[in-house]
Amino acid sequence: MRKGYFGAFGGRFVPELLVPPLAELEEAVDNILPSEAFVKDMDRVGREFVGRPTPLYPCRNLSGELGFDVYLKREDLAHTGAHKINNTVGQALLARHMGKRCLLAETGAGQHGVATATAAAMLGLDCIVFMGALDVQRQSINVHRMELMGAKVEPVESGTRTLKDAINAALRYWIAHQSDTHYCLGSAVGPHPFPLLVRKLQSVIGRESRQQMLEQTGNLPDTVVACVGGGSNAIGMFHPFVEDRQVELVGVEAGGRGGPEDYHSATISRGTPGVLHGTHTFLLQSTEGQILPSHSVAPGLDYPGVGPEHSFLKDSSRARYEVIHDREALKAFNLLSRKEGIIPALESAHAVAWAVENKESIKQGSKVLINLSGRGDKDLDIVRDSGI
Amino acid sequence: MHHDNILTRKIQGAVDSGRKALIPFVPAGFPSRERFWDVILELDDQGADVIEIGVPFSDPVADGPVVEKASIRCLEQGVNLDWIFEGLARHRKDIQAGLVFMGYFNPFLQYGVERLSGACKEAGVSGLIIPDLILEEARPYKEVLEENNLAYIPLVGLNTSIERLQEYARLCPAFVYVVSVMGITGTKSGSMQVLGDKLRQVQDTFECPVALGFGISSKDQLESIEEHVDAVVFGSALINHLDEGKSPREFMAGW
Repeated sequence: MRKGYFGAFGGRFVPELLVPPLAELEEAVDNILPSEAFVKDMDRVGREFVGRPTPLYPCRNLSGELGFDVYLKREDLAHTGAHKINNTVGQALLARHMGKRCLLAETGAGQHGVATATAAAMLGLDCIVFMGALDVQRQSINVHRMELMGAKVEPVESGTRTLKDAINAALRYWIAHQSDTHYCLGSAVGPHPFPLLVRKLQSVIGRESRQQMLEQTGNLPDTVVACVGGGSNAIGMFHPFVEDRQVELVGVEAGGRGGPEDYHSATISRGTPGVLHGTHTFLLQSTEGQILPSHSVAPGLDYPGVGPEHSFLKDSSRARYEVIHDREALKAFNLLSRKEGIIPALESAHAVAWAVENKESIKQGSKVLINLSGRGDKDLDIVRDSGI
Repeated sequence: MHHDNILTRKIQGAVDSGRKALIPFVPAGFPSRERFWDVILELDDQGADVIEIGVPFSDPVADGPVVEKASIRCLEQGVNLDWIFEGLARHRKDIQAGLVFMGYFNPFLQYGVERLSGACKEAGVSGLIIPDLILEEARPYKEVLEENNLAYIPLVGLNTSIERLQEYARLCPAFVYVVSVMGITGTKSGSMQVLGDKLRQVQDTFECPVALGFGISSKDQLESIEEHVDAVVFGSALINHLDEGKSPREFMAGW
């Protein structure tokens, strides 16, 4: 495979001015990340600060109703309430090892911004977060959380004023501030080495899950399910299972409102290959290569691209990608809350909804492991307004 | 390979007559679909040596707010590569300047690099400036560009290492484009000393002419570095000028 590529996908499609900081980061990923000192640091911070390992929870009530065994990997119980913290704490530690004093991030719903601000505060780094102006309005509580932890939030007024524009703004800022700033990218997307780095940091989810399944059930799961926006929680969950060929991997994309004319975020299922934000991957784009606006009820899935490794897993048929619409996700949100006392993030509710919607075709008695990537407190207003 | 390229000849011609070659950049369809070709013809008439036609993209990550806003305005008017090629079919014979496309990779990739190269040859476009297509990613397309005598014009910056400069120089480009700032288009320049040193390094490494761009708005900016520059590119300053309803002629008079 070409360096920085996953099959035909990946690469480094960036302005030349970003080549030096990406090369510097690549060297850190190759040398610092696997070093004993770094691994020890990560384990300690994971235990003391993040709350790892997160539990694997057998959903007895839901399993009884569906006819197969549902297990949830409880990333919602990690500090700040989502898997995002694994990535930001890892990148923040790496940045400190690299001698950087400032963390730069982009955020859509605000979860990655909060996780970055958290990691920065804990390690004593400065933090600046770019956020689409529209998202700043929609997610004022997360803006407040970031500011409480000392981060500077910069509203982005250009383009669609959402996540993709925040990424553009962050890349532009990084060009000018590369000497002292690390760009803490929020998902397994972007130019090499980001997709690799983020997957390495998030793989803790899959490693723990695999071990917990073996310990608690004596077996590997039959199916592993995770929601896919940029795809960081999913690639972190999938990767340690890729060699277990008998384990089926299912990525669940957001179908939005589901009408043929509606914007959605099902990039792999409905998109075509192209280049955005430094990587060659599936995109929602016009035939002329302009990037289309996306939509999902789950703010964290609302992105017109996807991590290149997912494009590769799809292309090589190792994973399959399916679509769940807003309405089904909202129903699953309510179902899991009522049945198990767990309020899932709307993103994760897409993964739960896939299991519910496919209960007829999933074999009775099989083991389905779902990554519960985050908690749903942040989504209560959206759910209430939806009327479902 | 590209030493006989019209772009090299145009820039060299200006230098030989004792001046800097002028390379204005205008996004296709700016300030409007109707006025765009008049602007190009007037820039040509006023002595532009090479004209950069911007191919608009929804997410121009190397550009500042001025270029981004202009590009989105063009997209909203339905500008695309077909529209540009149609216009060139009508006007190319009236344009003396060399022509290059400046655009992000995805619209080119969707059009098809091979198809694009053929269409460029037909339309009299001699080079491509693609800010998000660095050396390593450009390699797979080298052959098809060369077959169509289409120059891949590298962008290099203040932080580009001597080793990378040498790798780019091995491509024998028609000219090399030096980004004057550690930033996006329209950014104000930093130390002229640092820029001068880098320009000297570029000049020593490449055999082709050296163009300077990003944040260039007046002649005075070049004073201390003049001897290391063969051509200047201006984008944001020209766009602002046109946006105020002023003519290309007035702008070119300042140079």
